[in-house]
Amino acid sequence: MKRIQLGPFNRVEGDLEVSLDVEAGQVVSAQVNSPLFRGFEQILIGRAPEDALAIVPRICGICSVAQSAAAAAALADIAGVTPPPNGLLAQRLIQSTENLADHLTHFYLFFMPDFARSAYAGRHWHGDVAARFMAVKGKAAEPVLQARAHFFNLIGVLAGRWPHTLALQAGGTTKAMTPAERIRVLALLREFRAFLETVLIGDTLESFASLNTEQALLAWAEGRNADFPMFLRAAGDLALEKAGRATDCFLSYGAYGLFESGLWQPNAAVDTLKSAEITEDPRHAWLAESSPLPPAVGETILDAEKSGAYTWCKAPRYAGQVVETGALARQVVAGNHLLRDLVGRHGGSVTARVVARMIELASVLPAMEQWVRDIVPGEAFCYPATLPESGEGVGLVEAARGSLGHWLSIKRGRIDRYQIIAPTTWNFSPRDREGQPGPLEQALVGLPAGDGALPIVQHVVRSFDPCMVCTVH
Amino acid sequence: MKVLWLQSAGCGGCTQSMLCSAPRSLFDELSDAGIEFLWHPALSLESGEEALAVLEGCAEGRLAFDVLCVEGAMLRGPNGSGKFHLMAGNGRPLTEWVERLSRQAKWVFAIGSCTAYGGLSASTPGNPLEACGLQYDTDTPGGLLGAGFRSSGGLPVVNIAGCPTHPGWIVDTLEKLALEGLSAADLDEVGRPLLYADQLVHHGCARNEYYEFKASAEKHSDLGCLMENLGCKGTQAHADCNLRPWNGSGSCLRGGFACIACTEPGFESPGHAFQQTPKLAGIPIGLPTDMPKAWFVALAALSKSATPKRVRDNAVVDHTVIRPAVKKAGK
Ligand code: SF4
Repeated sequence: MKRIQLGPFNRVEGDLEVSLDVEAGQVVSAQVNSPLFRGFEQILIGRAPEDALAIVPRICGICSVAQSAAAAAALADIAGVTPPPNGLLAQRLIQSTENLADHLTHFYLFFMPDFARSAYAGRHWHGDVAARFMAVKGKAAEPVLQARAHFFNLIGVLAGRWPHTLALQAGGTTKAMTPAERIRVLALLREFRAFLETVLIGDTLESFASLNTEQALLAWAEGRNADFPMFLRAAGDLALEKAGRATDCFLSYGAYGLFESGLWQPNAAVDTLKSAEITEDPRHAWLAESSPLPPAVGETILDAEKSGAYTWCKAPRYAGQVVETGALARQVVAGNHLLRDLVGRHGGSVTARVVARMIELASVLPAMEQWVRDIVPGEAFCYPATLPESGEGVGLVEAARGSLGHWLSIKRGRIDRYQIIAPTTWNFSPRDREGQPGPLEQALVGLPAGDGALPIVQHVVRSFDPCMVCTVH
Repeated sequence: MKVLWLQSAGCGGCTQSMLCSAPRSLFDELSDAGIEFLWHPALSLESGEEALAVLEGCAEGRLAFDVLCVEGAMLRGPNGSGKFHLMAGNGRPLTEWVERLSRQAKWVFAIGSCTAYGGLSASTPGNPLEACGLQYDTDTPGGLLGAGFRSSGGLPVVNIAGCPTHPGWIVDTLEKLALEGLSAADLDEVGRPLLYADQLVHHGCARNEYYEFKASAEKHSDLGCLMENLGCKGTQAHADCNLRPWNGSGSCLRGGFACIACTEPGFESPGHAFQQTPKLAGIPIGLPTDMPKAWFVALAALSKSATPKRVRDNAVVDHTVIRPAVKKAGK
């Protein structure tokens, strides 16, 4: 048996190392290490509760708004305030802009360049894919950076800037949209739609979003000239619909009032989300040993010399189970037919995770157009939120990469405890005390690795769109 | 000009922000100015061993590069070991990599306030991470590389401070260096390029009329000036945020929330709640840096008494309730 260490595992957000035990050209066991510790949960302690809104976005430069939204939700929970309808719509618009832009960044900048690798030279799709997606130099870079930058102008209008806005507050948002801005925002949405339809998907968003089986998807993609169908051709050739299966237990906190929350498992009805079932196990992290604790009473105490530890990441579990989160989980829980069909046939996979992001781009953008129209000019965007001296709150939101939770308690007007479980904390968790490997650790087993192996491991790792700065925070 | 990029204890947001560069897309903008990334963790193909080979080549001086951009604070802990951030796949502390590469780089750029001054990573009470900036601990020279450090191009670390940095601050500084050169006279007292740090955030703020009359916002989403109640530090923070818009047309103030002075050393621990203005006897403590307090108080009293009703009423609501009057032609 041979141990291979992959790192720096780049084109992910933040730092990642993956260790593989390889036998006869196949991965028999994997360990995922998040090698950077910054300690945001300690930074927050002792601060004024509203300071969380300035601090938590800085956990992550790619899902900064999602972090804000979770903190705002936790503070709203404590204050007992619900933002006015305009404030909720604006929050959703800001959040979904980030989430959709992240899907785009992931596909073009992080994920697709691996298909341009010389290991695939000679495959029937390789020439086209390399010309389009080669890192930095590929032809797609210019239009996608342009489309991404313009789409983020929506956050420029509604939240001042991206990343790291303070516009999301417990009571709504700090910026009321003017009638002139409403016109501008609708124009930005049209521009982004045009990019998605002509460059990425090659069809109207509505007709793509209505595909409901794998067979229909493959027939639809046949001969279609756009970037996502190009991926499907490569993925089909490499059988990526069968690569990277994790546990097939999917968790979602529910998003934008569009996608339901819950836990999905094969052959069972969607289970209602019970946040009390969530615990974190520090066994294999360089953190002080304790039994698995619910985040509301969780601790983050350093133990850099702990034996048996191999990461800074705790192992979150749902009712003791290893679960996957992300766009695929969100869509499977929400009952999307195409993704349920893909998962039903092959389990979770590289292909299914990518398809889920495309489905979200196609189904959330039309909802955003509607939310802008639903905003009533002149009505409130923010209600005052008064925080008690003591209290506890939870903020559960969906970031691009999946379920993000903040558990906050305040005492004597200061933050007393702050625990965060980010999407990649779930997906890239280490083993727990029962020895159950995390989702990625499971997804890597059985893949080809070692000298001369195709870079399938690269696709599987990046198919989760990991965000390592969030993972440990 | 070849740029080598490393990330450490930051959020990656400065890279994400840089990718929003406009009006041209980032890669075209840079390549036309002769600037290319030799390796960037978020963008380059090379992963694992291939990436380490590039970094090792640069650190040993075999592979030429010009600018080392570092994004994220330097973590020296625990106990000086650097273990809070070891290079993946290699196991050596990032601090060691940065020291080795800084010796080979012609110029070293600190991208973002945490890289420049320590930032949020250095703000846990007692600093257990032993975090610092490349050449500063907050505003004290030192940091990882030491006060005396000069890269082979003859400059101290160039601090492109901001949390995050505006894409234009990075791109323009790189282009200035590539096309015209950069000298010590182009940097301010804490190493920031004057091309954006010779302004205050207050300059060009859309709320300037409210400021003039001390017509202040009282709660989130109000249109008034955010200085008196909601923590705005725009009159003290060095940056051109309201002259060089963010994401098309934005800025913190345009977004309705306070400037928290994220380009300044120590912004992360202001000693008061970010969104509240600390006051002494009803007067904000953090007054404009170059204005005597007595003048400010006198002017504020005068201007408050002269505030037009339009400005006073609009300041405390989230949309204009009184429009500016229209004069008849020739009157
Ligand atoms: S809100 Fe801040 S930056 Fe704008 S005018 Fe007031 S003090 Fe100046």
